[in-house]
Amino acid sequence: MTKKQTNGAEALIQGLEKHGVEYIFGYPGGAAIPIFDAIYDSSIKLILTRHEQGAIHMADGYARATGKTGVVLVTSGPGATNTVTGILTAQMDSIPLVILTGQTITSALGKDAFQEADVFGGTAPFVKHSYLVKEPNDIPRIVKESFYLAATGRPGTVLIDLPKDITSAPCEATHEEAEMDLPGYSFPDKGKAVDIKAAADILNNAKRPLLLVGHGTLISKANKEVLQLAELLQTPVTTTLMGKGAFPENHELSVGMLGMHGTAYANRCVSNCDVIFSIGSRWDDRITPAKIEKFCPTAKKLHLDIDKAEINKVVMPDVSILGDAKTCLKELLPLIKSSEATKPWLKQVNQWKKKYPLNYKVHGGLKAQQVLDELYQITKGEAIITTDVGQHQMWAAQFCKTHNPDQWISSGGAGTMGFGFPSALGAQLGKPEETVVAVVGDGGFQMTLFELSTAAINKLPVKILIIDNKFLGMVRQWQELFYDDRLSGVDMVGNPDFVKLGESYGVKGFRIKRPADIKRTLEKALAYDGPCIIHAEVIKEDNVFPMIPAGATTDDMIIEPPKKKLAKPKGST
Amino acid sequence: MSIQVDNIHTISLHVANKPGVLLRITLMFARRGYNIESLVVSSALDGKFSRMTITAQGAPETLDQIIRQANKLIDVVHASEHNDEEAIAKEMVLIKVKLSKTNKNEILQVIDHFKAQSVDLTQKSAIIQAVGDSDRIDALIDMLKDYGIIETVRSGKLVMARGDQST
Repeated sequence: MTKKQTNGAEALIQGLEKHGVEYIFGYPGGAAIPIFDAIYDSSIKLILTRHEQGAIHMADGYARATGKTGVVLVTSGPGATNTVTGILTAQMDSIPLVILTGQTITSALGKDAFQEADVFGGTAPFVKHSYLVKEPNDIPRIVKESFYLAATGRPGTVLIDLPKDITSAPCEATHEEAEMDLPGYSFPDKGKAVDIKAAADILNNAKRPLLLVGHGTLISKANKEVLQLAELLQTPVTTTLMGKGAFPENHELSVGMLGMHGTAYANRCVSNCDVIFSIGSRWDDRITPAKIEKFCPTAKKLHLDIDKAEINKVVMPDVSILGDAKTCLKELLPLIKSSEATKPWLKQVNQWKKKYPLNYKVHGGLKAQQVLDELYQITKGEAIITTDVGQHQMWAAQFCKTHNPDQWISSGGAGTMGFGFPSALGAQLGKPEETVVAVVGDGGFQMTLFELSTAAINKLPVKILIIDNKFLGMVRQWQELFYDDRLSGVDMVGNPDFVKLGESYGVKGFRIKRPADIKRTLEKALAYDGPCIIHAEVIKEDNVFPMIPAGATTDDMIIEPPKKKLAKPKGST
Repeated sequence: MSIQVDNIHTISLHVANKPGVLLRITLMFARRGYNIESLVVSSALDGKFSRMTITAQGAPETLDQIIRQANKLIDVVHASEHNDEEAIAKEMVLIKVKLSKTNKNEILQVIDHFKAQSVDLTQKSAIIQAVGDSDRIDALIDMLKDYGIIETVRSGKLVMARGDQST
């Protein structure tokens, strides 16, 4: 008996198996049927979602929780375009994803065939790289290149558009013989010794240093090196929203998150430091003012990044190190002298911590902050927290301190509503032993709640904590503070009964109505062995503070609710 | 890196000859607010690669970023800016000009002066081919305007680094 001829789709799936893919998150359609057919005989588990956006956020959450590359499979046309938000979300946060899209047959390309879309062209601005496969024998090479590109250097998204005739045609090329052909691709690893020495000299002479730790630290797994550096230098450490977990937020040197809704003491550190050292952060506009010359004007700025295009993009650093964070910090650490010189600075930082603690009033109704604070206390900072986008995200960032890497999963760059819940499902699949809590708002949850089916069918015991204030709270906050309280398009009137909604999918529900319910209900829900909704009906009109209006400097931070009307911010959003 | 005062920048790119590479490069220029003035793409000596020369207008402070972002594209092997001191920049033009019995000789004199050639000659028109620096081509077009230019096609700038430098 002769061996059956392998077709393009089978070669593709075999390639995924060789790259250790456990799960494909997907949704079928005509142009992708050959690929779904190939999955039938494979060891890879298909997670059928209820929408392509759900699939890609799940793959994204899986990638963030495990560090592995997430894989998405959808059909052509609308199937592919439904992933675009997710591609942007992952690409903005440097998440390794491989997106497989079915496509109409090659002879029909460009002729407005049924479910045809120019996915290669349409997604070009949002991907690290992409392919439109025209020859089945290219598949093994393209799969190899895609996984390499997605995961190395600055990780990102790689899309492979697969016409149906190509996936159906015989493929003779093998994965063993496939050779990558990427003459234009390289990434730095070791930094230049001269740059590392220059950075060490500045750090050794700093009186008021500050480490600014971003997501690059987590990608590079450099958290131990950052900890060593911080303890040697005796310097406060602030993390970006995406960097949460790169430095334990319960460490005495941690000042928590900086920026627009960061802690007041982190932002005071930014205003007053004499050296700021960014490790894998990109000086994003949530943490730097529109007029960049006003950003820690008297501090020397050091920037360590693997992406050359980030150097000089926002801040012109005094010293830049181009390379992998872990490798470069290992070179840097022996050059650092432990010093007593920062003692007065740490004393000052501790005074700010005492003066401006993150707090909330426990009376006057149920507060989101208290719910999240108690969630943190009960989970002891050991749960994986995913969030949606808005007020609840900022409160979660403030009150759910992150102790370990890969336990904070949030859409930072893109700010994608609807991300929190499906990403939690992906994280739970990747980390079945861990507690995963999706902290979502009533607005964002309704954008992707249809994945309740996926949670129930796959018995993913994700805890969905809905912070329900019946408003799109962050926009309402802006309208209250900057637009004369002219509330426009923010009222979530018509919200469903979330507990009953969950029940209809077979997902258990819990309700938190009063502060006294919080602890007991959270404990019950966390102990429940299955997916559940925890519906927390919080007060409707609360605001996130501290707040730095968009584009303003850390000196313009609003710590307490303002008594007078504020000018409209000049920054973007 | 020297920055030209007129904010017209000449950038050469050595790229892998793969589908979509031009799309990605033009998207990046557009996103950063650069208007492409001319664009020349052709196969390099080795057919696996292509050469591009792009002249574009935009803010000089953005240029460094654009070049870094171009270099970041997977299929771009190398991108760099060139100025007139360190590189040779030439372009070619075809000019179709009206001919009459009375001005024929004058036009031929202009062609001769600019070391151009007439590559097509009819009773009513001539196509003139010229190769040279962009401002010299501007001057030739200016001279010929008086006789009535029917149409012109310019190649856009081609750049090659001088001496041992690679482009």
